[in-house]
Amino acid sequence: MIINHPLLGPRDASEFTYLGDASLIDRPDGGDIDAFHAYLHLRDNPAGEHRELWYHEYGDRSWLVVTRNTLTHEITQVELARDVARAKGRSR
Amino acid sequence: MTQPFRLGTGGLIDRDRPLIFRFNGRTFQGHPGDTLASALLANDQRLVGRSFKYHRPRGIFSAGSEEPNALVTLRRGAHANPNTRATMAELFDGLEATSQNHRGPLEWDLLSVNNILSPFLSAGFYYKTFMWPRAFWEKLYEPAIRAAAGLGRLSGEPDPDSYDHGFLHCDLLIVGAGPAGLSAALTAAGTGAKVILADEDFTPGGRLAAETHEIDGQLGSQWAAATWAALAENPNIRLLPRTTVFGTYDHGIMGALERNTDHLAEAHGKPRQTLWRLYAKRTLLCTGATERSIAFADNDRPGIMLAGAVRAYANRYATAPGRRVTVLTNNDDGLRTAVDLKAHGIEIAVILDTREGKAIAATHGRKALSAITLTDGTKIETDCLAVSGGWNPNVHLSCHHRNLPVWNETLAAFAPGPSLPPGMYCAGSVTGAFSTARALAEGASKATEILIDLGYAPANTTPPKASDEPSDITPLWHMPSRKRAWVDLQNDVTTKDVKLSHQEGYRSVEHLKRYTTLGMATDQGRTSNVLGLAILAEAAGKTIPETGTTVFRPPYTPVPIGAFAGHARGEQFRPTRLPPSHDWAAVNGASFTTAGQWLRAEWYARPGENGWRDSVDREVTTVRKKVGFCDVSTLGKIDIQGRDATEFINRVYANPFAKLAVGKVRYGLMLREDGFAYDDGTTARFAETHYVMTTTTANAGLVFRNLEFYRQCLWPNLDVHLASVTDAWAQFSVAGPNARDLLSRLVDLDLSNDAFPFMACAETTCCGVPARLFRISFSGELAYEIAVPARYGASLAETLVTAGKDLGIAPYGTEALSVLRIEKGHPVGNELNGQTTAAQLGLARMVSQEKDAIGTTLSQREEMIRDDDFRLVGFRPVDRGTLLNAGAHFLNTGAPADMAHDLGWMTSVAWSPTFGCSIGLGFLKNGTNRIGDTVRAYDPVRAKDTPVEVVSPHFYDPEGARQRG
Amino acid sequence: MKYSAAQILWQGLTGNKGWKPAWRDPAPKPSYRVVIIGGGGHGLSTAYYLSNEFGITDVAVLEKGWLGSGNIGRNTTIIRSNYLLEGNQPFYELSMKLWEGLEQSFNYNAMVSQRGVLNLCHSDGQRDAYARRGNAMILSGADAELLDAAGVRALCPFLEFENARFPIKGGLLQRRGGTARHDAVAWGYARGADRRGVDIIQNCEVTGFDIENGTVKGVQTSRGAIKADIVVCCAAGSSSRVLSLAGLRLPIESHVLQAFVSEGLKPTIPGVITFGAGHFYISQSDKGGLVFGGDIDGYNSYAQRGNLPVVEDVCEGAMAVMPMIGRARVLRNWGGVMDMSMDGSPFIDRTPVDNLIFNGGWCYGGFKATPASGFCTAHLVATGNPHPTATAYRLDRFRRGAPIDEKGAGAQPNLH
Repeated sequence: MIINHPLLGPRDASEFTYLGDASLIDRPDGGDIDAFHAYLHLRDNPAGEHRELWYHEYGDRSWLVVTRNTLTHEITQVELARDVARAKGRSR
Repeated sequence: MTQPFRLGTGGLIDRDRPLIFRFNGRTFQGHPGDTLASALLANDQRLVGRSFKYHRPRGIFSAGSEEPNALVTLRRGAHANPNTRATMAELFDGLEATSQNHRGPLEWDLLSVNNILSPFLSAGFYYKTFMWPRAFWEKLYEPAIRAAAGLGRLSGEPDPDSYDHGFLHCDLLIVGAGPAGLSAALTAAGTGAKVILADEDFTPGGRLAAETHEIDGQLGSQWAAATWAALAENPNIRLLPRTTVFGTYDHGIMGALERNTDHLAEAHGKPRQTLWRLYAKRTLLCTGATERSIAFADNDRPGIMLAGAVRAYANRYATAPGRRVTVLTNNDDGLRTAVDLKAHGIEIAVILDTREGKAIAATHGRKALSAITLTDGTKIETDCLAVSGGWNPNVHLSCHHRNLPVWNETLAAFAPGPSLPPGMYCAGSVTGAFSTARALAEGASKATEILIDLGYAPANTTPPKASDEPSDITPLWHMPSRKRAWVDLQNDVTTKDVKLSHQEGYRSVEHLKRYTTLGMATDQGRTSNVLGLAILAEAAGKTIPETGTTVFRPPYTPVPIGAFAGHARGEQFRPTRLPPSHDWAAVNGASFTTAGQWLRAEWYARPGENGWRDSVDREVTTVRKKVGFCDVSTLGKIDIQGRDATEFINRVYANPFAKLAVGKVRYGLMLREDGFAYDDGTTARFAETHYVMTTTTANAGLVFRNLEFYRQCLWPNLDVHLASVTDAWAQFSVAGPNARDLLSRLVDLDLSNDAFPFMACAETTCCGVPARLFRISFSGELAYEIAVPARYGASLAETLVTAGKDLGIAPYGTEALSVLRIEKGHPVGNELNGQTTAAQLGLARMVSQEKDAIGTTLSQREEMIRDDDFRLVGFRPVDRGTLLNAGAHFLNTGAPADMAHDLGWMTSVAWSPTFGCSIGLGFLKNGTNRIGDTVRAYDPVRAKDTPVEVVSPHFYDPEGARQRG
Repeated sequence: MKYSAAQILWQGLTGNKGWKPAWRDPAPKPSYRVVIIGGGGHGLSTAYYLSNEFGITDVAVLEKGWLGSGNIGRNTTIIRSNYLLEGNQPFYELSMKLWEGLEQSFNYNAMVSQRGVLNLCHSDGQRDAYARRGNAMILSGADAELLDAAGVRALCPFLEFENARFPIKGGLLQRRGGTARHDAVAWGYARGADRRGVDIIQNCEVTGFDIENGTVKGVQTSRGAIKADIVVCCAAGSSSRVLSLAGLRLPIESHVLQAFVSEGLKPTIPGVITFGAGHFYISQSDKGGLVFGGDIDGYNSYAQRGNLPVVEDVCEGAMAVMPMIGRARVLRNWGGVMDMSMDGSPFIDRTPVDNLIFNGGWCYGGFKATPASGFCTAHLVATGNPHPTATAYRLDRFRRGAPIDEKGAGAQPNLH
């Protein structure tokens, strides 16, 4: 696969490591066990469009949010995870 | 040395140069331009192998990579290549080949008895027997089956060749240099687009090389050669002959295998093959088509060949496939065979056009075809039967993303469907454009479409002129017979097997494949799948589209495992990381052990020491009594700076870190977000906004990744920056009662206990070099870690040895390090294994309940805070002379040895020279409350069962007076 | 029709015309006592044990494609019971014992072959971990042998002992481990269940659940509505998709795992061998193909295909440990969709929807579990209680803090 890094351009996916669903950004800070359990363990696991976290481990060490189709592997959007996190209001 | 079937003129061979080769020990002669198959045919070697199941005599069937029969072992010894298609093996001087899959000589295969037993060996027979008695399967039935199965044999020796990997980028990848591919490349030439043109053959032209078509008034093969030569001059076009594009991966990446030296007698140090990863903006498949056969009685004899192959041998290889040839066809293309052969002066026995109702009832000849009998009873002497059942487009690469091909009634074949992998296009006979003119036109038009799409302006979009040959077909799949009629030649699947599969309920096309093994052979059913499908459809009373098709998987043709691996083998399998003192250690008696990617000194043997235990005991005693040093540079080191560095670290570690003073170090415990213990280390504060964190060696990269995740994704507002400095610093532990004396001689600091107490840190200089000093202890002794820029690591080791000579200094390795930490009761990877909690490790009090750090919330889940859970405790053998073993499980004395009574396991053990006995650490249920008890260390894999005493895990100086002193 | 050598002889002499279909092709009935979603290994074995061991025959297995088209049809065929943890090992040993009598039980030769499973170790720490594991295996009633380097060399002299980047220090051998012919396992279970009256309905996709007051009453399918007292979901890689139709979110991600087979070769590898310093394992099928695999690709996928980097990684592992197979050629390479759970261990449990039972989360280890999985799921359906060896496979174990994490990798599926 090729991931079009927002800063560096197209890069082979083997430069990256994968974490999982981008909802892992939504850490329930200060939440209780139930909230953390749902956050950490439960997944939508969609067959289709999936927003997911990739880390440019062998590159600039950016975390990216990649929108990729899990049926076709087509990538339609790549964002810096930091921007996504800020947009989600994590800059409190 | 004669070549009785060699034609006197024509062909793409160099008659002036003889090449000598051997087959089954016999010497033959061929010419450059030959394949092994064409050279064998020229020498009248008809019988070349035996079939998989019935061991039927088999000859050459095709002239390409679809060959199911003519599989040989090429070369000898460690260079032997089993299952090589003779039709793809380019002839070279000295080539050696042997036939496969027979017991005894090829001509007299003992296992041909299977042919007589065939009524009892029908599809799937093995699923119905060999079940009694049960033990006989592994002892008797299976070994017999295994010995009979398989084709060629691996040498058993390491592959002596090397393989390369390469990466190429292009605008347009053209797969196949037949008329469509060459026409497409011509269209792209001069536009500035970067083009790669790959072809599996060593001669360009595809079918043009095998046919007599004319292009622009030139013989097709000559036009192809001239075009190829012209393209080779174009700097924007990269030609890859002998290169099979084998797989379609995501986002325009295609896998290709180039054969560099397989056609040479010697590799001369060059890589045998190159595995290319091709990054193509667009890919144009010009992969052509493969002819298929027709099933009729005993249609597998040597001499029965595909009609297109018969033409290829005559036209391209100047080899007569027989003296008296019969043509059997259901389409116009097959008829050309007779025309071409006549032009070469080869006699045509009869032309059987099935569209005129002609059919074959029987074939004759034990080891080669001698005659056929028609359904009207006519017997015809013939030594070659050229069969054409139509052509199947080579759709494989278009299907690797599971895009299914679509049945085309006119072609009577599957062609690529409307849905293709992104960026992929098809042109030529792969789309069903079976005539030369149409292939040329499609190549040009598709290339034009692609180039315009990419922003290029092709100037020359008119294809060369060529004939538009007819290719009408009336499908005929099989001719009814009570005898066996082969569908899959290599796996010996007959029409009876296909029908039986349906009769027994294996009706999905996937069931057919799996039950009968149709299409599972090394040719992946190139010549048989559609035939089998058609017969299944007929049995089911369905149409072929209703019956479906199986999924094509990469690779298109088989790829050696060694080629996929490339250089990564032996010691080059993974990178080797060396700590800064590695070379110094090597000349000072160290032996080394692997720790992840690192090579670390495990001990430093001295003359007179009798085995490793002597060395390790001495090193431990040196640390306990004098002073030792150990390279701990492998620990992860992360530089953390920023206004919010303190807040960041406090959120990362489970224990409090908000109030660490500048100039101090603290031990930190890191949890995963699921609350399990993850990593530990020390973090030093050098300034208000500057920390240096250490991690375990194993988790260095992972912790850094996690910290970046926290920084970028969870807390993007924090002003904090991270840099991995693991490789920037050489860091040595200096431990033992004399450590202070030693370091006072080297660093520009007051090291008195008041000035530089336990858990102090400072930036300083050491012998004039910038240095960092930490007063931390892993061994429990008075100890420091000193860090200098990595390039000074080796000289620091030498400096320590020189300066500490009178203090009794010695280097110590990882084994002594391990003994010292076990004596002290420090957990490492064996205990901190990702499955254990802070509470189990005895570190429960470190997990702050006052803050929301990573993992603190989920660490409080009900099953993780049970009082009766595992606890890390120490163990001593009741009989002090007994050695303990890690991995033993604990059982109460007298309890049965089963899982229900399992109480835990021993994680680490060491012979302690300090205590004079073996000691261990381990997890024991309710362990803290069992100190003083005796339990069994049960170790059946080593046939041991040792009574052990439960003790505190802190064997050595539990109060910590020595490290603070 | 009973399968036997005598039957083969008789049929062979009479033109093989008398063989009967291995299973019927029934149309779905309006209702069943038990409906099983998924005609793969676990669904079919559940149906088999329900009908053959627990006397429940009013059962339908609904398969959206052809029976056996899931991971039972695309795995690397290894059977073993060499697990570490108390929550897993007794279950896998039950499975091994069921494998050992399976073929006689369902009268189908699934080529269960106990040629041994050897896990190589390359460091002292790994050897200690294998000792712990081997002892756990013995405590559960399984067999285990800890080999030193010489012991490994005696068994497999062809391994890389001379130039290894990660030298072989020993291995953990389970002699009762081995392989089985994967498709035949599906077919044997299907035939055995069909003979007891179970309806195996192919080309029947579940499109929804009928749930009333928190209790499942049946399913909607591409072939109409089917009522059921109990619905069992055995949908493997599609578990999340299917159970989302019942409003459930699972601790599962779907990932792609690639597998490989070489061209047929004469016998060259004795049993199953697993590299301990990279992702690579291998065996040789009775047909002669080297069957091997390695790590998952590592990203969520339902595509049943993978990419080149993992192909190369697997083959690098192969060459690192077994350089004699460099000239063997990869014939076919495919991908399966794995239901990767948060701890690498499976689920056999009730769900928050009453009478809806979930069997899944098998990661890439579901094949070896097929018999015990079916048996324990049938046990739960028939008795209402989990089988004693499957009590840990609860869906709420993450909420309680009791993951069964063999690798200690935490809640990240692609690390298991």
